[in-house]
Amino acid sequence: MTDVLVCIKRVPDTSGQVLLTDDEQSVDARFVGFTVSNHEHAAVELAIRMADATGGTVTLLSVGPADAVEQLRSTLALGCQAAVLVEAEPTGLGPADVAAEIAAVVQDKAFDLVLLGNDAADSGDFQVPVRLAYALDRPIVVGASSVEIADGRLKSFVDGPEGEETYDLPLPAVVSVLEGGVEPRYPSLKGRMAAKKVEIETRTPTREPVGANRVRLTLPPAEPNEVEVLGEGPGTAPAVVDLFERLAVL
Amino acid sequence: MIVTLVELENGSVSEISLETLAFARSLAAEGGGIAIRAVVVGDVDAPDAVAAELGAHGVSEVLQATGDAFSAYGGAAWAAALQAARESTKSVVVTAAGSPRGMEVLAHLAARLDVPFAANVVSFSGLAPFVVTRQVVGGAAQEEMKLDRRPAVLTVAGHSWTAAAVGGDAATWTTFSPEVAEADLVARVVATGTKDSDDSDSLKSARVVVGAGRGAGGPEGFAAVGELAELLHGSLGVSRVVTSLGWRPHHEQVGQTGSRISPELYVPCGISGAIQHWAGCSSSKVIVAINTDAEAPMMTKATYAVVGDMHEVVPAIVEEIRGRKG
Ligand SMILES: Cc1cc2nc3c(=O)[nH]c(=O)nc-3n(C[C@H](O)[C@H](O)[C@H](O)COP(=O)(O)OP(=O)(O)OC[C@H]3O[C@@H](n4cnc5c(N)ncnc54)[C@H](O)[C@@H]3O)c2cc1C
Ligand SMILES: Nc1ncnc2c1ncn2[C@@H]1O[C@H](COP(=O)(O)O)[C@@H](O)[C@H]1O
Repeated sequence: MTDVLVCIKRVPDTSGQVLLTDDEQSVDARFVGFTVSNHEHAAVELAIRMADATGGTVTLLSVGPADAVEQLRSTLALGCQAAVLVEAEPTGLGPADVAAEIAAVVQDKAFDLVLLGNDAADSGDFQVPVRLAYALDRPIVVGASSVEIADGRLKSFVDGPEGEETYDLPLPAVVSVLEGGVEPRYPSLKGRMAAKKVEIETRTPTREPVGANRVRLTLPPAEPNEVEVLGEGPGTAPAVVDLFERLAVL
Repeated sequence: MIVTLVELENGSVSEISLETLAFARSLAAEGGGIAIRAVVVGDVDAPDAVAAELGAHGVSEVLQATGDAFSAYGGAAWAAALQAARESTKSVVVTAAGSPRGMEVLAHLAARLDVPFAANVVSFSGLAPFVVTRQVVGGAAQEEMKLDRRPAVLTVAGHSWTAAAVGGDAATWTTFSPEVAEADLVARVVATGTKDSDDSDSLKSARVVVGAGRGAGGPEGFAAVGELAELLHGSLGVSRVVTSLGWRPHHEQVGQTGSRISPELYVPCGISGAIQHWAGCSSSKVIVAINTDAEAPMMTKATYAVVGDMHEVVPAIVEEIRGRKG
């Protein structure tokens, strides 16, 4: 039986245009809403599969504002059993702070396996999972596309520079997940109903944050460019091929 | 002193590591001519060639970590080697490429030393205080971050600097065998599969590249773009979404963590044009973008744009070319 903890972060949905808040400290999400990154969706999927296979449970954890219950709730609906929110003002937190808060929960509840995303979609710090591993004194695999548990050991697979790499380590352990290895599921109606009943445990931070060393955020300057629209739809093909002929690429 | 973790690829220095050295040289110059040391971990087939290449890119000394601990990759063990090298050289800055390994090893190092780590740095704007600018929000925004502890630990975003040989002598070569704790060897690679032929050279030098992204819709969505690439005597290039979903092999990826292309003509189809993709294709002479969304960044940055479904537009172009060829 494996009880897995998955860490998810409430992040602005930045697939469209990105705006910044006036204090230049965060992304202004007023018009875009919030979500959870694809890497974390993949981590949740892997956790649910492992829990199902071993008769274990999946617990979600987020460190962030009270509104992060939205992301916890919608992720619970995929088939997770419990959720914890460490409520904290996100702009004051750095990766070491987040790792320390996650570590405190893991130690308290004795999770054997913690899954995280490879990198957060907003801050892109690429380090919370590794800092967590050191805080817990546990081994870590970074950037796994899949994981398996067999005979109390963890097998983890990473798409490395020379081919697929296998890691084989004892539990307890930490794994950060890269999207692509599994197709995340969608919530079922039954899952949604069950998620509504879960009581989300709220905690307060265990220590003063050291912060993120952020001076400010900026938007890259827009490069002036005059694009020529050749047209719409397949009827544009002759104009495109005329252009290819002019460019002498045919 | 600056120490840079260098990755080797088929025995020679990876492009993205050479780009990182360009950043390190700029930092070294700003600091009044600080020396740059390179660290390589594990076996090296042709040290002389690597020493010559690194010397040409501004490295004065290569420190090679040797020993059983490095017979297979492990993030903690590599970090232990880098940590030992940084201590012996008293380096104030540690850099690596913004590659998966660079990110992993430097995160380990920063955690071990309990110092901040800045991922995906593109520039620096001062030494005292040391402020770096890095990519965040998938490249849609940048963060200015203060690295107020020593060593400053950072990775350099792929293709944000241009690799350039500046013509130094071959670097001196020193081996060292750092002690690696048992705990640092628990998570390491125990087996490596094989990759399909990893030939990205033809893509990098192609005169024409036809690109395809998520808009292709699935692994079966590449037939028409492949045909177009063939008719234009070009190569196929794809976005990271396409490689991470396993639709196409990684060596076809264009962008920050893929190849940097500079063709006469690039035809990205169903690619949104995220900054990390743009990093790999911005030196294309002419870009003809095909996308259903006229507002996609690729469509506004391109030279020419066609608004439409790639599954209709590309086959129509293929047919038109065939018709004209008779
Ligand atoms: C550290 C890091 C490194 C990265 N490195 C790279 C890299 O090297 N290369 C890279 O590419 N990305 C890289 N990325 C990812 C990058 O941020 C984007 O997520 C990725 O480039 C998006 O791929 P896409 O354009 O195919 O998909 P999407 O962003 O989903 O865009 C799909 C586009 O297709 C269009 N479309 C949909 N259907 C159709 C249709 N039928 N016909 C025409 N158009 C259609 C849509 O309008 C949209 O514009 C990196 C990200 C990070 C964080
Ligand atoms: N505030 C947070 N709450 C929960 N998990 C987090 C938080 N920040 C980061 N993580 C986890 O750590 C991963 C890597 O984040 P980062 O190191 O910030 O790029 C994310 O994908 C999450 O799984």
